[in-house]
Amino acid sequence: MSAKLSNAQIAWRAAQDIPDGAYVNLGIGFPEMVAKFKPEGREVVYHTENGILGFGEAPPAGQEDWDLINAGKKPVTLKPGAAFFHHADSFAMVRGGHLDVAILGAFEIAENGDLANWSTGPGSVPAVGGAMDLVHGAKRVAVITDHVTKDGRPKLVKKCSLPLTGVGCVTRVYTSLAVVDIVDKRFVLREKLPGMSLEELQGLTGAKLVVDGGVKDLIVPEV
Amino acid sequence: MDKVRADIEAATGDIRDGASVMIGGFGGSGAPIELIGALIERYRKTGSPGSLTVINNNAGNGAIGIAAMIDAGMVAKMVCSFPRSSDPRAFTERYLAGRIELELVPQGTLAERIRAAGAGIPAFYTPTSYGTQLAEGKPVAEFEGRHYVQERWLKADVALIKAELADRKGNLTYNKAARNFAPLMAMAAATTIVQARRIVEPGGIDPEHVVTPGIFVDRIVEVAEPKQEEVLLREGAKQ
Repeated sequence: MSAKLSNAQIAWRAAQDIPDGAYVNLGIGFPEMVAKFKPEGREVVYHTENGILGFGEAPPAGQEDWDLINAGKKPVTLKPGAAFFHHADSFAMVRGGHLDVAILGAFEIAENGDLANWSTGPGSVPAVGGAMDLVHGAKRVAVITDHVTKDGRPKLVKKCSLPLTGVGCVTRVYTSLAVVDIVDKRFVLREKLPGMSLEELQGLTGAKLVVDGGVKDLIVPEV
Repeated sequence: MDKVRADIEAATGDIRDGASVMIGGFGGSGAPIELIGALIERYRKTGSPGSLTVINNNAGNGAIGIAAMIDAGMVAKMVCSFPRSSDPRAFTERYLAGRIELELVPQGTLAERIRAAGAGIPAFYTPTSYGTQLAEGKPVAEFEGRHYVQERWLKADVALIKAELADRKGNLTYNKAARNFAPLMAMAAATTIVQARRIVEPGGIDPEHVVTPGIFVDRIVEVAEPKQEEVLLREGAKQ
């Protein structure tokens, strides 16, 4: 097995935990990839903040309808049973706790579940979109991310250094090396790559990884 | 009760300097390009309406729509959630030069603040932004053990809306996801101006299908072949 999971493999692992019948919001960018790996036989209804439940794949080139887009402003299609609604209803679905799962990207996740994923600090144009709403909306708020930054620093930390998106909001983290739950303000290790020792993984993590019960092997097919 | 105006100039001609203007749309979906175009044209000819506060989810893309308003120099302040796009040059240049003000609002809070204004509710509590920079200075309260941030209504002088069908009484339908903020903005603005692809007689829209009831709409103009912002962008058009 390679030293770490690819983004597609992280997305695949996250997709395995989406239950049949779930209403799901996937964040813009990397999280959108999760939809590709939805297990056969499960029905999932995707929500997009701009006002669609039940959208499907992108249309073929040349058949785009630019009034039918997702939150990333990419063209989509509709599944049978789709619905349109205005923005206040859309965010009622979010904040009102009606979504089952939200999957977001992250710059940093703290052991108490704090998430930073909207701003890298001063010097650029700040933009938040729906991220601060989504982290308070879904019954499960999961993050998919590389375990470390491009220059090798931990993304799972004791305390976020970047501006927060939400406080204590993340429930599970899928990384390129492990699956970690956040329980009682601690990182609880659930799965790790079989080729990696706990000590190695801890060395790449900025806060204590608690082992509470068994740690399974994180085994993901080549996708 | 006939809310139809002869042309766009008759519908938008009294929008003044310093007005707050809600503009429907999420990116290019629902952007009322022709109504915006009339304001830009008048500003270029007369220098008015300038110093506008524009409320939208975004802050324009390329050189079309809100980006063209910013380029023309008629926007003093943007209230939005996501001032980035595939080509955010117009806003970014002015923002980094300190020549345009930004009030950044989380997307769901932006929608609810507009809805609250339309519903006569001056403030509300939301979990969104609690503990973040965007909650600084705002009252916080605890309900059932969770913290919530107080947010205030967001009103405007004018809303500019793109609809699919309108009847003469102002009842509206929209095209697909283009409705986004429009039904909320129609409620929240003192004067709501609609461009509709087609105007029908009262009764021409099934009451079961009305999305925005006519009570929220003041003026309607027919724009039979509306431009789509994203299509214009891909053509490299300027406005």
